[in-house]
Amino acid sequence: MAFNFPAFSYIIALIVDAFLIFFSLFHVIAFDELKTDYKNPIDQCNSLNPLVVPEYLLHIFFNVLFVAAGEWFSLLLNIPLIVYHINRYRTRPVMSGLGIYDPTSIMNADVLTRCQREGWIKLAFYLLSFFYYLYGYVIALENAHDHT
Amino acid sequence: MPTVNHNQGMLPQNTNLPQPRPFIDQNQTVPPQNQTFLSQNNQRQPVNNQQPYLSQVPPKFSQPQPKLLQNNNPIPQGSYPQPTQQQFNQNYTSPPSFNVAAQPQYKANLHSNRYPQAPQQQNNLYQQPQQNLSSPQPFYQQQNSVTQSGFDRLWGHDHFDLLQNPNVLPQEKVPASKIYLGNEMLDAANCSPEVFRCTMTKIPESNSLLQKSRLPLGILIHPFKDLTHLPVIQCNVIVRCRACRTYINPFVFFVDTKRWKCNLCYRINELPEEFQFDPVSKTYGDPSRRPEIKSSTIEYIAPAEYMLRPPQPAVYLFLFDISRLAIESGYLQSVCSVLLEELKNLPGDARTQVGIIAYDSALHFFALGEGLSQPHEMTVIEIDDIFLPCPDNLLVNLKDRVELLTDLLNQLPTRFNNSYDNNSALGAALQAAHKMMAPTGGRVTVFQASLPNVGPGALQPREDPSQRASSEVAHLNPANDFYKRLALECSGQQVAVDLFIVNSQYVDIATISGISRFSGGCIHHFPLFKASRVLQNERFERCFRRYLTRKIGFEAVMRIRCTRGLSIHTFHGNFFVRSTDLLSLPNVNPDAGFGMQVSIDESLSDIQSVCFQAALLYTSSKGERRIRVHTLCLPICATLPDVINSADQQCIVGLLAKMAVDRSMQSSLSDAREAFINVAIDILSSYKLSLNMASGTSSLLAPHCLKLLPLYISALLKYTSFRTGTSTRLDDRVKSMIDMKTKPLNHLIQLIYPDLYPVHNLEEQRVVLNAEEDPVPQPPHLQLTARCLDSKGAFLMDTGDHMILLVCPGVSPAFLNEALGVRDYVSISDDMYELPILDNLHNQRLHQFINYLNDEKPFVATLQIIRDNSPNRIEFFEKLIEDRVENALSYHEFMQHLKTQVK
Repeated sequence: MAFNFPAFSYIIALIVDAFLIFFSLFHVIAFDELKTDYKNPIDQCNSLNPLVVPEYLLHIFFNVLFVAAGEWFSLLLNIPLIVYHINRYRTRPVMSGLGIYDPTSIMNADVLTRCQREGWIKLAFYLLSFFYYLYGYVIALENAHDHT
Repeated sequence: MPTVNHNQGMLPQNTNLPQPRPFIDQNQTVPPQNQTFLSQNNQRQPVNNQQPYLSQVPPKFSQPQPKLLQNNNPIPQGSYPQPTQQQFNQNYTSPPSFNVAAQPQYKANLHSNRYPQAPQQQNNLYQQPQQNLSSPQPFYQQQNSVTQSGFDRLWGHDHFDLLQNPNVLPQEKVPASKIYLGNEMLDAANCSPEVFRCTMTKIPESNSLLQKSRLPLGILIHPFKDLTHLPVIQCNVIVRCRACRTYINPFVFFVDTKRWKCNLCYRINELPEEFQFDPVSKTYGDPSRRPEIKSSTIEYIAPAEYMLRPPQPAVYLFLFDISRLAIESGYLQSVCSVLLEELKNLPGDARTQVGIIAYDSALHFFALGEGLSQPHEMTVIEIDDIFLPCPDNLLVNLKDRVELLTDLLNQLPTRFNNSYDNNSALGAALQAAHKMMAPTGGRVTVFQASLPNVGPGALQPREDPSQRASSEVAHLNPANDFYKRLALECSGQQVAVDLFIVNSQYVDIATISGISRFSGGCIHHFPLFKASRVLQNERFERCFRRYLTRKIGFEAVMRIRCTRGLSIHTFHGNFFVRSTDLLSLPNVNPDAGFGMQVSIDESLSDIQSVCFQAALLYTSSKGERRIRVHTLCLPICATLPDVINSADQQCIVGLLAKMAVDRSMQSSLSDAREAFINVAIDILSSYKLSLNMASGTSSLLAPHCLKLLPLYISALLKYTSFRTGTSTRLDDRVKSMIDMKTKPLNHLIQLIYPDLYPVHNLEEQRVVLNAEEDPVPQPPHLQLTARCLDSKGAFLMDTGDHMILLVCPGVSPAFLNEALGVRDYVSISDDMYELPILDNLHNQRLHQFINYLNDEKPFVATLQIIRDNSPNRIEFFEKLIEDRVENALSYHEFMQHLKTQVK
């Protein structure tokens, strides 16, 4: 059983995706804490903001691998999320540090529900894509096997 | 069409109502339902429903609720049955013709579980008698149209044709809509509308009903208002619900003498022993005699468990901009003289501390150490990484060092006269202030005259003067987040920053206001300030004097609770939202108002009333921890006509203005303007639907309780914050937007729609007696249109902090001589800012009237008397907003536009 580049890109995606699942879990929990008054919005934003850019970069990173491996369908699945991320960052509130969450506007019910929904949807997306990458990995290995 | 009266050629030509024309261009391309404030959550229901409307909400005269059908009494048409017990169980009230006070009390009535059982006063006027009728609906529609209109008029529900009748403004003050809870005792106990007000006097039972009515739901609160009667209680145990921490209030249910049921979360709580003790009569028993149960506005002196730390002393720090522009404006002289006079009247106890910092491109600290013969100035040039030159003596005890402070305040105005430093290091000064105040908390007062352009938080001029009249306004949002972040740090240390902006150039209020907005501060703006201008200086001094001497609450938090099923959606005002219902207010002042949008999460159909409770915990200037609690109770209603007829137009306008400011900042000004118009269209459309009228009629109907809404909306579209086409400085626009967010409702309404009175015949007007038994004339309110003016009159316009008395050329010589004390019309000078005190009826009445108006204001308004041909007349005439000005529509044209849009 040989190992080729598509398989490599899938296994990396698989590992990174596991991280992303943790990220979005953390995100969901953090907003739930905000909603139930456990945490101060300033502290919560300070803990969430540093994670935003790494998450986006990680996601873009394995998509670059997909491009290199020519896995166009997997890339296609991820393009909407990349576009969303870029747009989200572009329209962030005026702030000097990294991140997208502003403690003064985050307690607005609209923003809060939006962020919470975003967290759940991303969690679902990452979970589903986790299994998809697993499947993609196996298929890639199969293909490599067939060719040898 | 209205006729033009009294137009004797002296008034602008726009008194002739022009023909309608298309309203705004972009509105023709965008369907009206796209941009309303209500559409954010996508729950918007189309007004034009596919289904026949009747199937969803029964209109009047159909049976309002199926429950009534159980009540198989034969009901004669046109007359009303004696209410049965069952009807009372459903909390239906009888028509006023029945006095049922003598009837037995019914167990399941709204508050019959109260202890003790209050006599049931059922003859209130608020519910429609039609609810007692049950019969096939079309029949009633034909038969009872006359009866219906008669009863509608009786209940104040008759409609008002906005097109036919341009005189919408009532002659007397617009009254706040009254809340009827079906029990006189509860009505009397309910919170004053000046403190707590909801956009509706009845809450719709479900979100879909609210959406159908198109009305915004929210509350406006003025929590720290100066009150004349405020019950203050000191007790060991403050009775609160154990589950939701609600304070006991007049609207709770007493299960028995030992237990009460919370009206917000419905938990049954124990009543402590001492609550049954009445301190007045010294007897046990009846808990309803307690002040907590009698009044919904109450103040507790809090025991030690409400303190996180010992109550802080009053600490005041003043920051003076001494850049060249600031020196030229001359504000320092006025500030120092007022401060000197009021130094002894600053609220506080023996621990009160005061400090002063001046800043240009460096920071000037003043050490007021013990034993110094005069203040010791220390200049810190290094502003990028600020440090305090000495650890103490910068903030000193007011009592101990009052001589040094007096000395300093006497020197300050002239001390920097020879400095030509054009820079202003506001950011660094604020950082230093934060460092100084952090251990105690307190209030920082900043006087800023020029754009902060050096050191941390430096800004660039962003305004393009050539774009002041354009329809899209850029730079409404802050340029950086320095001031916001610093404000959050201040807020954490209980420091509030108040701004007095005395600029003559662009200072980027949008950015620097962040320091006050998020630290619970207040912002005062005096555009183009020059101390040499008498009127402006007078207003500045009065405002500052009030600011120094008014009440202040330190290290405050405010929590808003509401009945289960409702939730607070968005907050408006100056504060930091610390959790879903908790606002952090490092300082709270009596002139700050707040607004909250409310959403209905669950159906409320199984309860009869909802409550909002605002609890403000603060440290008074005397070092006492106090809690001020306001509770507002509102009944629930189930039908669309009920919802619409319960609208409170002024409160709606107040809330809409706040929402529109958010919209302008997040989206764009034109979006906000469009949303305003669409709100008016939607509300009028839904009213038309609720009336079930055929389309195509030539009238534009509004319920009585909403007849002023279009007027106020057209006024808002011409107000500084939202106007387009008229040259408006960016700073003025942003400041007026901040006013929209933070002014209490009565001031806000006066800002957008100033009061206009005829004052040439005050001695002929009806008088009422005030508290000192002096007669106060009550002239009618006039609408803001030249149509209401008369060349033989004199007119007083009250815009809140400024009054203009316009004297027209044809006014009687007696008025000129006696009331104004001038020889003739031409001898009224262009700078007449005072009314002489003369011994005659004319003059006395005018004084009494102006004093009466001033009584309701935080500080006495400045007065300017102008001739009709003076160069200042523009100040008066630009406020006549119902007339057409430049490219903004007149009120009549606006109505015509609404007419074409209302479906």
